Amino acid sequence: MNPLAAFRNVSKSFGHYTVLDNFDLEVMPGEKVTLIGSSGSGKSTVLRILMTLEPFQGGSVEVDGLAYHVPGHKPPFCAPERHLSAIRSRVGMVFQAFNLFPHMTVQRNLVHAPMTVLGLSRKEADRRAQELLAMVGLEEKASSFPDQLSGGQQQRIAIARALAMRPRLLLFDEPTSALDPETVGEVLGVIRRLADEHDLTMILVTHEMGFAREISDRICFLDKGCIIEQGPPDRMLRNPRHPRMREFLASIPTPQTFAEREAGVRADASARCAVTMDT
Amino acid sequence: MNAVLAIDTSSNWGFALSIMPILLRGLIVTVAAAGLGFAIALVIGLLFAILRRSSSRLITWPLVCFLEFVRDTPLLIQLFFLYYVLPGYGIRLPAFLTGAAAIGLQYGAYMAEIYRAGIEAIGRGQWEASVALNLGRRSVYRDVIIPQAIPRIIPALGNCLVSILKETPILYTVSVLEMLNYAIIIGDRTYQYTIPLTLAGALMLFVTTICAYLVRWIELIVPRRGIALR
Repeated sequence: MNPLAAFRNVSKSFGHYTVLDNFDLEVMPGEKVTLIGSSGSGKSTVLRILMTLEPFQGGSVEVDGLAYHVPGHKPPFCAPERHLSAIRSRVGMVFQAFNLFPHMTVQRNLVHAPMTVLGLSRKEADRRAQELLAMVGLEEKASSFPDQLSGGQQQRIAIARALAMRPRLLLFDEPTSALDPETVGEVLGVIRRLADEHDLTMILVTHEMGFAREISDRICFLDKGCIIEQGPPDRMLRNPRHPRMREFLASIPTPQTFAEREAGVRADASARCAVTMDT
Repeated sequence: MNAVLAIDTSSNWGFALSIMPILLRGLIVTVAAAGLGFAIALVIGLLFAILRRSSSRLITWPLVCFLEFVRDTPLLIQLFFLYYVLPGYGIRLPAFLTGAAAIGLQYGAYMAEIYRAGIEAIGRGQWEASVALNLGRRSVYRDVIIPQAIPRIIPALGNCLVSILKETPILYTVSVLEMLNYAIIIGDRTYQYTIPLTLAGALMLFVTTICAYLVRWIELIVPRRGIALR
C-alpha cells in the first residue's frame, strides 16, 4: 500500500533559521499520527506545508500521489495554482484559533465552501451541514453566529466545516490549545469519535498526551526539525528511548483524566472566589 | 438664463428668496456630480486595492507609481488635463462626466489606501481558513475578506464622501453649471456677490451635514456581527 502523505528529505528554513531538516514522514491511509515536541520543533510547520500554507525548499512532499513541487514552476510554491487546488481538495485543516468566518452564520460557514468549490446544490449542502452539525452535537446552533458560541463549540463547528469538504487527510493544529479547560473535553470527544468511526487519515499536533495515547496509531517526537523517535503511543509515552524525548515528557504535566482536571479547575475557581470575597 | 433676469433686487430678503430656486437647481448638479464621483471612486478604489495586493511586480509597480502620482498632484490639474488634453486624443466627454471622472480617479486613489487598511486589518487566520477550504481567489475576496473589511472602513469612506462634496465646486472651472457657477453668474449680473456666495456656502453646509448623519446612520444599520475593532 502506498502512503497517503509522504515527506522525503524535506528541508525548510526561514532565513537562517532551519525549521525542518531532512524531514521524513510517511502516513498510511487511515492512519492516525500524532506529532509532539517542544515549541519550535517544526511540528506545526509539517501541517502547514501539507495544507500549502507554507512553501518548502528541498526534498519532496506528496499527498495521494500528487507531488507538491511541479518541475518548471517558480518558487515559493513551485506549482501552478490549479495543481495546489487539487492538493487542497484532498486535505483539510483545523486550526488552533478556529478561524470560522465571523460574519457568516454557522450554517453559512458549513455550506459556503461546498457550494462554491465543490459545486453542491443549496439543498445538498444544507443536508450535509445538518448531518455534520448532528455529528458534532450542535444541531440547534445552525443560525447562530460564531461569536455567540463558546470556544469549544466554535472548534466543533470548525471541524464540521473541514469535514464538509470531504478531505482524505485531516490536519489538527493544536485544536484544544486555545480553549478553556472545561471545553477541551467536548472537542477531544468529537475528534475521538471521528477517529473511531471513519477511515479518515489524521495528523494531529497536540500537547494532550493522554488523548494522543488514546487515539493515535503512532506518535512521532520532533526535535529541531527531525523526527528523533517514533512508535506506538504506549511504548513511546511509557518507555521513551531518546534522552530528549524523556526530557520533554518530564517537562509537561502528567496526563490527567478529564474528571480530575475538571475537579481541579472547580477547586481553583472556588478558591479564587473565596479570596475575592475576603478583600 | 431667463430665470436670472427675474431676480428681485429690491430687498436683501427678496433677493435671497428669488435666487434660491436657481441655486437649488445648481445644487442638484453639484450633488449628482459628487455622487457619481463617489460611486466611481468606490469601485476603482477597491479595484486598485486588490490589484495592489497582486503577487506580480509587473502589476504592482506601475500601479503604485500611478496611485502616488494621482494622490500627490492637485485635483485641478488632473481635471484640466482630462478636460483639455484628452479631447486631443479623441476622447471627448461632457464637462459633467469629465468632472465626475476626475473626482472619481483622485478619490479612488485615496480609497485604495482605505480599502487596503481595511483588508489588512483582517487576521491571517481568515486567509488561511480560506486556503484550507480551497476557496478561489475571487470567492475569498467577495465572500470572506470584503464583507468583513467594509463595515470597518465605513467611517473613512464617509469622510471621503463629505470631502468629495466640498471639492465638487471645482467643476466650476470647466464650466459645469453647478451651484457655485450659478452663484457667480448671479453675482456678475447683479453686482451683489455676498448673498449668492453666502447662500451657496450655507447650502453646502446643509448638504454635508446631512451626509455626515447619513453615514453615521449607515454605520448603525450595517450588520456588525462578529466584526471586531469598530
